[in-house]
Amino acid sequence: MSADLTRQTAATLADMIASGEVSSREVTQAHLDRIAAVDGSVHAFLHVSGELALAQADAVDRAIAAGDGPGAGAGVGAAGAPLSPLAGVPLALKDIVVQRGVPTTAGSKILEGWRPPYDATVTTRLLDAGVVILGKTNLDEFAMGSSTENSAYGPTRNPWDLSRIPGGSGGGSAAALAAFEAPLAIGTDTGGSIRQPAAVTGTVGTKPTYGGVSRYGVIALASSLDQVGPCARTVLDTALLHEVIAGHDPRDSTSIPSPVPSVVQAVRRGQTDGIAGLRVGVVKQLRGEGYQPGVLASFDAAVATLTAAGAEIVEVDCPHFQYALAAYYLILPSECSSNLARFDAMRYGLRVGDNGIASAEEVMSKTRGQGFGAEVKRRIILGTYALSAGYFDAYYGSAQKVRTLIRRDFENAFQSADVLISPSSPVTAFPIGEKVNDPMAMYLNDLATIPGSLAGIPAMSVPSGIATDTGLPVGLQIMGPALGEEQIYRVAAAFESAYLAEHSALVPDRAPELEVVAK
Amino acid sequence: MTRPTLTRDDVAHLAHLARLELTEQELDTYVGQLSVILDSVATVSAVAGDSEVEPTSHAVPLTNVYRDDVVRPGLSREDALASAPAAEDGRFRVPQILGEEQ
Repeated sequence: MSADLTRQTAATLADMIASGEVSSREVTQAHLDRIAAVDGSVHAFLHVSGELALAQADAVDRAIAAGDGPGAGAGVGAAGAPLSPLAGVPLALKDIVVQRGVPTTAGSKILEGWRPPYDATVTTRLLDAGVVILGKTNLDEFAMGSSTENSAYGPTRNPWDLSRIPGGSGGGSAAALAAFEAPLAIGTDTGGSIRQPAAVTGTVGTKPTYGGVSRYGVIALASSLDQVGPCARTVLDTALLHEVIAGHDPRDSTSIPSPVPSVVQAVRRGQTDGIAGLRVGVVKQLRGEGYQPGVLASFDAAVATLTAAGAEIVEVDCPHFQYALAAYYLILPSECSSNLARFDAMRYGLRVGDNGIASAEEVMSKTRGQGFGAEVKRRIILGTYALSAGYFDAYYGSAQKVRTLIRRDFENAFQSADVLISPSSPVTAFPIGEKVNDPMAMYLNDLATIPGSLAGIPAMSVPSGIATDTGLPVGLQIMGPALGEEQIYRVAAAFESAYLAEHSALVPDRAPELEVVAK
Repeated sequence: MTRPTLTRDDVAHLAHLARLELTEQELDTYVGQLSVILDSVATVSAVAGDSEVEPTSHAVPLTNVYRDDVVRPGLSREDALASAPAAEDGRFRVPQILGEEQ
């Protein structure tokens, strides 16, 4: 049986652990074995916390044996506390979320060897729920990129085709799911870093409403856009994880003080009651030019599936979306040039050229010049320019106004539709190296995800199928109004159920088998 | 709006402002790439530059987020210095901040 544990959903594993059918240690060990067998070729992980994960699993097992449940406090709850719905299930954590004592690099040389002295709120919530953290996953440096090629530690490979990219920036988390190295993962999404990797690896990922999940302890990229979110292979697993990590945190001043959305209930409702009568809007501007034919065909099939499930399809017009990419590539560099100023070689991280003669300023320049990669430096310079006196109004100021126009487009669209849909990524996974020297071509990967990021609305990607032209997975993006998480999960669950009924297997289970390295 | 041309000197100046030491080759690469990017993002000022539209910074606007001003534990000195590139006598040791002429 243990050979099959890595193929199970998180929901199933949690039930098996809670009923005593299998221990969390067995489940955790099965995933550590899988990582040892395949991660040499996938490279989803930058750090594997084997001993720490097993110790955490043992704590969950002890709590279950004692007859109480891990409800609070590092997975070992007080007697009688209810069992957390994901207790004992392993997870892969994107290496931009800090975990006390565990190396965190954000994919950058400048943080090599750094061990954070505290836990992010997300980390604390996972540990309190008894979720077992297997390790830290690879990403584009400081989450800047759409392919994970910008990692200072080498690219992650797509489990569907090892010569191709797994998306980015959260390519490591998405690849870990697709390679069955973990049933759950945490991502962060600034312009599509959860949704685009989910799309090109055939997995599920949600960017919650901006402010829906605490960012305390998450290394900042662009503070007015960054959001943490759940990733998994099924919609239900994603929802279960969403409820563990979401909710107000006084340590993050942008955190929304409203209740955690009941997304698990919304998923059950989508699975059983369907979506009859729900209005689904197809965004006119997010299809057509720039989209691969196989992606569009899969999207059209998804629209047909939703129609057959009883949804009312309407077309919506969002004329300002054409300026979204431009606004994003002003806002993001501006905010990141400011956020990344903290890497000054003085208090933590890399320090280069401190020879006793060089000034602090010289050491700072040398360290940042050598510690940051090409894309990070490009964006810092661009942001420094856009924020300069004389250019601020024309660039950052105008971009924030465009953001308002895009938000209004969404508000109008949500008058006639309950959710909006589009392809999550304009193309399926492309070969490693194809776009790495062409920043503008790389930026186009986030064409469909950026409008939702600028408006701060919740959006998720679910697999819509496999492209007939490339044989690679395609993602369907489902967007809702601010705090409309329940609606998007309901539609995602209904779509997933319909897909399963039609194809008899979900997309992640249709991935080719990876070659296992002999131990 | 007429966009000022980004020259090699501009990029060198911006890199200095951002405390980024760049190689000659990096400077050459960035001049071209940044100009292409700036050309394609300049549309934002055309569509919104002079308009009276309010800027957006948060999807769900929050104002005046306060917390009680109470003392609570922070990082210990040991934890704070544990990852320092250099520490001495319980403090961060940094390169000289003031030049000799100052």
